[in-house]
Amino acid sequence: MATRTPPETAANRHPGTAPRRAGRSAGPMRSRRGRKSATAGSGRMAALLVSPTLLVLTVVVLYPTIMALRESLYGTKGLDPKTGFISDTEPFVGLQNYADIFGEAGERFWNAFWNTTFFAVVTVGLETVIGVAMALIMHRAFSGRALVRASILIPWAIPTAISGLLWRWIFNSDGVANALIGQQVLWTTEGFHAKVAVIIAEVWKTAPFIGLLVLAGLQVIGKEVYEAARMDGASPLRQFWHITLPLVKPALLVAVLFRCLDALRMFDLPYLLVGSQKNSVETLSMLAQNEASNVRFGPAAAYAVVLFVYVLLIALGFVRLLGADVVGDAGGPGGKKRRRASLRGRVEVSA
Amino acid sequence: MNARTTRVLQCSAVLVAAGLVLTACGSSDESSSSGQSKSPSAFTGRGPITFAAAKDSSGVVQKVIDGWNAQHPKEKVTFVQLPADVNQQRQQMIQNAETKSDAYTVLSLDAVWTSEFAAHQWIDQLPAAQFPLDEMLKPVVETVKYRDNLYAAPQSSDGGILYYRSDLLKKAGVSAAPTTWAEMKAACAKVERLPEAKDMSCYAGQFQKYEGLTVNFSEAVNSAGGVVTDANGKPDVDTPAAKKGLDFLVDSFKDGTIPKEAITYQEEEGRQAFQSGKLIFLRNWPYVYSLAQKSEVAGKLAVAPLPGLTGAGSSTLGGHNVALSSFARNKATALDFIKFFTSHDSATTFLKEGSAAPPYADLYDDRTLVEQYPYLPVLKKAILNAIPRPRVVQYGDVSSAIQQEAYAALNGDKSSAQALKELQADLQKLSAQQ
Repeated sequence: MATRTPPETAANRHPGTAPRRAGRSAGPMRSRRGRKSATAGSGRMAALLVSPTLLVLTVVVLYPTIMALRESLYGTKGLDPKTGFISDTEPFVGLQNYADIFGEAGERFWNAFWNTTFFAVVTVGLETVIGVAMALIMHRAFSGRALVRASILIPWAIPTAISGLLWRWIFNSDGVANALIGQQVLWTTEGFHAKVAVIIAEVWKTAPFIGLLVLAGLQVIGKEVYEAARMDGASPLRQFWHITLPLVKPALLVAVLFRCLDALRMFDLPYLLVGSQKNSVETLSMLAQNEASNVRFGPAAAYAVVLFVYVLLIALGFVRLLGADVVGDAGGPGGKKRRRASLRGRVEVSA
Repeated sequence: MNARTTRVLQCSAVLVAAGLVLTACGSSDESSSSGQSKSPSAFTGRGPITFAAAKDSSGVVQKVIDGWNAQHPKEKVTFVQLPADVNQQRQQMIQNAETKSDAYTVLSLDAVWTSEFAAHQWIDQLPAAQFPLDEMLKPVVETVKYRDNLYAAPQSSDGGILYYRSDLLKKAGVSAAPTTWAEMKAACAKVERLPEAKDMSCYAGQFQKYEGLTVNFSEAVNSAGGVVTDANGKPDVDTPAAKKGLDFLVDSFKDGTIPKEAITYQEEEGRQAFQSGKLIFLRNWPYVYSLAQKSEVAGKLAVAPLPGLTGAGSSTLGGHNVALSSFARNKATALDFIKFFTSHDSATTFLKEGSAAPPYADLYDDRTLVEQYPYLPVLKKAILNAIPRPRVVQYGDVSSAIQQEAYAALNGDKSSAQALKELQADLQKLSAQQ
């Protein structure tokens, strides 16, 4: 989504400011009225140009979302004991599917919910630390740097499904992992070790992603900043803490946000590595998929909606609290004021 | 410029409208076909149809279809290959049925899906008189029925058999394959005294938390004389007999008869362990036979029916059946094709070229075939003694409940008595929902 947004926002950006610029470029000769009609004309033009995108988004994003919301209000089809056939229509149950989450049947949901949260927090935490370290290494000038960069990126290039299978062999009862630690841990059974296996595989796969984004952030920091710091006698640790980290923060925040959203909808890795219906690693996506595959679309939709809201809240929190600049300079729902503030911030940085 | 944008807008508006209409069509028709009677529906319409089944690695399915196409140029069958993963096959078929699509005409169903597909009226009832069911093995025929009506035709069967290291048993002085669990453990004790069998474990099956565990648990319970669900589909698993079955597995894990890592075994891991000489006995499907013959243990293995508590045990039934999608067209052609596809001739081809266990009884005694597949007599016995897995509409949920409790018992998280008690409660809750 984020990658798609810039052209759209470019057209949509600052309906107030764009015409002012246009007017200025047209020169002072133009009458006030003429300027006004140009404003209205280009505004309408912009709206026209954007409308196909909005329509497509409505069809691909909004409509399915609304359908899922609607589906989550329906229960499961019942069996008629006389004929032995399942009824054709799903009963309307209102918010029952959501209420069930807080009832007796919600145990599995909450387990999945905490697993999801646990994985997101732990994997993203580890990935951030390792990713930044990777970026710092990749940023250093040394011979063979290209090779190191390429090799760090390999895990990210492997599809998750493949790396899931790969790690399944590593965590096999007589696989490499057990040979290394010298004792037999049955990684793919239930228990905390299954969680550890998933975390290791996930961090291995996605730390390079953070590394990559942070590296991009590192490369725009000017050398003279460090030189000045060195002159002032700042230790490398101080330099890292007071220069590198603050300057790389925008890139890092976006990377962490993306990883958080990804980790919250984690599905394929635990599914392939440990297996479906394993309580210790079942995530919300796995639960929803499992319910849907057992033809209980109502509860499945309800779980998916809860996950959707959860992800949305996390994303909002990131944008509001930490000021992650997700979509260039026109970030999320921040409103005009925010946008201008962030624009101003940018100008200051580049100045 | 302006004219162009308007046209773009018009076009996209039309597209959007079309999209909405299409999706609306897909989702809104929930009313039709509710009053379907119990009698077989009319099979009308002739013309091209499709056959949806798992990816066919041996190519034999396409060969049989080609045979049909050569004879029926106007009623050609197209083979739609689904993913190899069983769950994905089921999902695609359910999706096809939920949208009432006519993309798949004839469906290749796993033997345990019949009840679910029939109860949802995703498949049509078939005329039983038109199929040679009396020539087929009885347990196999049971898997195609729902409430005593025929909903599919048996295409292939499958049963669990016991592979064992005949060379080691012979060396240790054990002359015959064990028929009970106690005999098996005694044989192992003797074999493990041999120097070459020092690090070997006795027995393994499939105990990872997946469908294979449901199979192995049901086999253990049935082999001890218990049942998971009784003849009427009512759960009856909290019994002393069932406990003896589960205890065999639990105790075997505890005393090392089954190696600890077998809790992670699916079919392939068990096969690898047996082939690399780590196991004396292995429960697995017939497909292992030809593969093991190409491995280190080639010529050192033999097969036997599964052992039980007091005598021969019971296998659960695998296999595939062929059913007719309720939403398909050209059903007259489809019915003829199903008859052709499940005929004696086709079954012989499937056995000869794809080593699929046939539903027809006489093929298991065919001398030339037995020469090619020496496990056939054992497999026949296994299938005749076999008990189908619970035949319930919500099979997916029943299987999950079994996996949940059996796995907890094998892991030592619950006593087997506790696990069975909770399983009985879970299954009762599930059957109450029906």
